[in-house]
Amino acid sequence: MSGVVIIGAGHAGSQLAVSLRAEGYAGAVTLIDASDALPYHKPPLSKTFLKDPAALPQPLRAASAYKAAGVTRLTGTVTAIDTAAQTVTLHGAALDYDHLVLATGARNRMLPDLAGAANVHSLRDLADAERLRAALADAAHVVVIGGGFIGLESAAALAAMGKTVTVLESAPRVLARVAAPETSARVEATLAGLGVTIRTGFSAGGFTRQGDRIHAVQGAQDTVPCDLLLVGIGAQADTALARAAGIACNQGILTDSHLATSAPHVWAIGDVAETPHWQADAPLRVESVQNATDQARHLARHLAGAAPAAFCTVPWFWSDIGPLKLQIAGLALGADRRVLRDDGARLAVFHLAGDRLVSVETLNSPADHMIARQLLDAGLTPPDAFMQDGAPAMKAWLAQA
Amino acid sequence: MPTITFVEPDGTRRDVAAHPGESLMAAATRANVAGIIAECGGSAMCATCHCYLVAGTLPEAEPLEAETLEFVARNTRATSRLSCQITVTDTMEGLVLQVAPQ
Repeated sequence: MSGVVIIGAGHAGSQLAVSLRAEGYAGAVTLIDASDALPYHKPPLSKTFLKDPAALPQPLRAASAYKAAGVTRLTGTVTAIDTAAQTVTLHGAALDYDHLVLATGARNRMLPDLAGAANVHSLRDLADAERLRAALADAAHVVVIGGGFIGLESAAALAAMGKTVTVLESAPRVLARVAAPETSARVEATLAGLGVTIRTGFSAGGFTRQGDRIHAVQGAQDTVPCDLLLVGIGAQADTALARAAGIACNQGILTDSHLATSAPHVWAIGDVAETPHWQADAPLRVESVQNATDQARHLARHLAGAAPAAFCTVPWFWSDIGPLKLQIAGLALGADRRVLRDDGARLAVFHLAGDRLVSVETLNSPADHMIARQLLDAGLTPPDAFMQDGAPAMKAWLAQA
Repeated sequence: MPTITFVEPDGTRRDVAAHPGESLMAAATRANVAGIIAECGGSAMCATCHCYLVAGTLPEAEPLEAETLEFVARNTRATSRLSCQITVTDTMEGLVLQVAPQ
């Protein structure tokens, strides 16, 4: 078959398949996924999909889009890669490739104590979301372990469904790894207003188990009862296949700035790729839709014949937590100063490293977010007063900068 | 099921049967309308479902949609909308939207 073989049909793999053709690639394009579902948007799974029992997954693109692009979709699990022979093994048979792209994504972390418990859930793919949605019918009290994006989005959705929700976070505040204290405080207050109980500084010391069910989470002072436990404590890159093939990995599959792995003609994109980043000193794994699709388009251009170029974009993220839209542009690595604008309804936090704007996070302020992306793209930092004045002032400043 | 017409960037007119309750973007994606990329899946983050209203009427844009259009989308006009933020209703029969260039 040769041509480009893509393993994994998430946001990255699906985008690459259609972008290759859009960029003029003439060879075969094969997209392999463990699931035969039409590739779908993952972010809604922790929001609208949970709340509506009739909701269907939202396809990234129509089946006709793959057909029109001449993409062959295969279902199955690739069991081996032979980088010398340039083949992958699928259903016991060898499949040739000219270029192999690993877009295998990540898997949720699970606490070892909870393995195999019937009422323990995590949320990453459609199967997880369907299992969780079905189980919610019989659950009144849901405990969420982990105050990150997935945990908080789910907590807001579950509270809206009338569940009693408790979020347990071991850090002193939610979103501690990704957001400023001011943002965390606003998110905590908003969730509390929705009826969600948030317990920060709570270390789960053990679990009360009866048969195959967890009935409570044990803390230092007390135990928190639960009918259902949702664990959102981050993810690990799915590197098993690459490691077995001798491809260099750290936390993810290591790539150079062109997204090439250590093996010739093998590339990695999306959540699984650990890639040099212009905002970081060391290679970085960025888990986001934007990173996945931008890396896919970048690689498509090169495989279709464009000269190799370093992947370099301003990363952006979003999280819809109940009535809050959290938007983040750039990475706050090395930031040592913050400029705030807070009018009660909206919040904007500008992170600076020295004199340089490196990241902006906003709550319910899309105008600031959109301007922030343009500023970061241009490598420009407005004076503090403009950031404090808001998006129209920054837009005017940017126009004359 | 109202029929919505999307005019693709190359001028092709595509008539799409939309389901009340879904977004105009979802209807366009299902029909593989060219130029509707909808990268963020309907979260008003990317403006890659930007359209111009050509015929028919739509409810006013909410602040989230209006701000995102004002501060991100290229080639905005007075008739610009984010198709992901508009829920299809039965009264939209005959609506015509032109897909904006990216």
